[in-house]
Amino acid sequence: MTAPALPALRRTPLRRLAGVDRLAAAGAVLLGIIVLAALLAPWIAPYPDDGGSATHPLEALLPPSGAHWFGTDQVGRDVFSRVLFGARTSLLIAVAVLAISGVIGVVLGVVAGYAGGWARDVIMRVTDVFLAFPALLLSLALAVVLQPSVTTVIVAIAVTWWPWYARLTASVAASVATRGFVDAARCLGVPAPLIVLRHVLPNSLTPVLVQLSLDGGGVILTAAALSYLGLGAHEPTSEWGLMVQQGQTLFTTDWWVVTFPGLAILATAFAFNVLGEGLRARLSR
Amino acid sequence: MPRYLIRRLGQALLVVAGVIVLTFAVMRLVPGDPAVAYAGPKATAAELAEARRRFGLDDPLPVQLWNYVRDLLHGDWGISLHTRQPVRDDLFQAFPASLELVGAALIIAVAAGIPLGVAAARYKGRLPDLSVRLSSMLAVSVPVFWLALALQTVFASGLGWFPVAGEYDASLDRTSPLHLYTNITAVDALITGNWPILTSTLSHLVLPALVIAAYPAGVVAQMTRAALIEESSRDHARLERALGFGETAVLTRFALRPALNPVLSLIALVFAYSIVNGFLVEAVFNWPGLGRYAADSIRSLDTPAIAGVTLLVAVLYVVANLAVDLLQGVVDPRVRAR
Repeated sequence: MTAPALPALRRTPLRRLAGVDRLAAAGAVLLGIIVLAALLAPWIAPYPDDGGSATHPLEALLPPSGAHWFGTDQVGRDVFSRVLFGARTSLLIAVAVLAISGVIGVVLGVVAGYAGGWARDVIMRVTDVFLAFPALLLSLALAVVLQPSVTTVIVAIAVTWWPWYARLTASVAASVATRGFVDAARCLGVPAPLIVLRHVLPNSLTPVLVQLSLDGGGVILTAAALSYLGLGAHEPTSEWGLMVQQGQTLFTTDWWVVTFPGLAILATAFAFNVLGEGLRARLSR
Repeated sequence: MPRYLIRRLGQALLVVAGVIVLTFAVMRLVPGDPAVAYAGPKATAAELAEARRRFGLDDPLPVQLWNYVRDLLHGDWGISLHTRQPVRDDLFQAFPASLELVGAALIIAVAAGIPLGVAAARYKGRLPDLSVRLSSMLAVSVPVFWLALALQTVFASGLGWFPVAGEYDASLDRTSPLHLYTNITAVDALITGNWPILTSTLSHLVLPALVIAAYPAGVVAQMTRAALIEESSRDHARLERALGFGETAVLTRFALRPALNPVLSLIALVFAYSIVNGFLVEAVFNWPGLGRYAADSIRSLDTPAIAGVTLLVAVLYVVANLAVDLLQGVVDPRVRAR
């Protein structure tokens, strides 16, 4: 009974993931820990109130100790608690940006890929223009003219991020559109919107979904940079880039205020990138 | 070739036109009134009206766009609100310093990335490979502003091995003044034989250039490794092995050259990205380039200046892209047919 079940098991996505190399596996574990920390922050943070606007002037700038693993900041908040809460902000931004830009990109991409002709030309020329701006640059310009906030960061990055997915989806959808089952549907008189929705779209999604999962690191670095420049989250939100900015003048005297938020950004981006590289190598085989 | 050239140039011009429109659109999103920002909070109604007229803010949007494009083409990039100078002059002053910094960073990136990629491919799956992959992953994941602060704190403020900030020791302007030709300090110092300023500039360059080099070095190492591994599985590599060449010789003498093609075009693309990444680094090291200018502009909500920087970098990116495509078209006839 068990023998015939094995090959089927081997083909499932989970089984394929299990085959990625050790570096990618380490990335997956690290990312899992960070996601857990973000979800459970209010319960596992030793000082949950410090994620917000609490102040303890008498405990300002204490070095790391048993009571405060990562020390305390300028107003006496526990840096470890704030780093945990910061994971929520960063992951929220990453998920929102990827969701928004993914949807925009896939919709435009499928239309461009299936319709071809002038629709494709117009959409591709527009993506050319957006791609001429390095992501951080256009987000910077946008974030300057909008009010600084987490929402601004999400909007500013999403605006620069979608063209990649539009291009990727367009090229996949264009090749799906030439397949036999699409021709068959067309011959049966299925209306074009229905063909796109039922046949082209589902078959064009995989590469984009993979690419989306690879891009979390880039979004997190860009978001942290915007916050570091004062264009993103503001006090008392726990945000890693903002924490680095607020503590930067203290680096020589109170290193922990800047070091731990920076390491948190590094660890999260690293986890995404390593996992992404492993996935890509695995799926391209 | 001429047809390919014309088509590619036309495409690039179209993108530049789009870039100008998009920059204009972003700048018009400004919730505040640029006239108020220019005239100051205490301006009278008449002064405000004068500022509005001067910037053409009373005209309909298409007219404003047309005027904007016309001024750009005439070399008028607007007046910076915080330096009160023409944005174009500011950019001309700041850009060479950025070019110097990013140029140094890319040299470091190539010098480190390619050998590391070769070593990783040579020992694929073993310890050198794992450590190169690990460190290149770390290099592309590190937040540059944080790395800049960390290196500055440890190696400049702490150990005192390198200067903390600036482009060169300002007191040298009196003892050995620099004659400007290219406006790139290191180059000018080199061609005029101004050793005090040259050595000072180089020591000021080390830390910020290393920080900016991290990302391109990581990408170059990864790309070199991947391209070499692919190249060394081709038929020519089998033949070379059959002829008795060792694995190192197969990689470095035969596989490396074709593998470097994609790596070099990658570097051109990473150039614009590095300029923007440099913004964050220049702010930390007080490097007198585009980044510091952009950071000052952001702080004072100086929209003409931000528009100028945005436009300049986007156009640079288009030009770099075009240069890569044309070069590849020259080298590889297959590209032209596409």
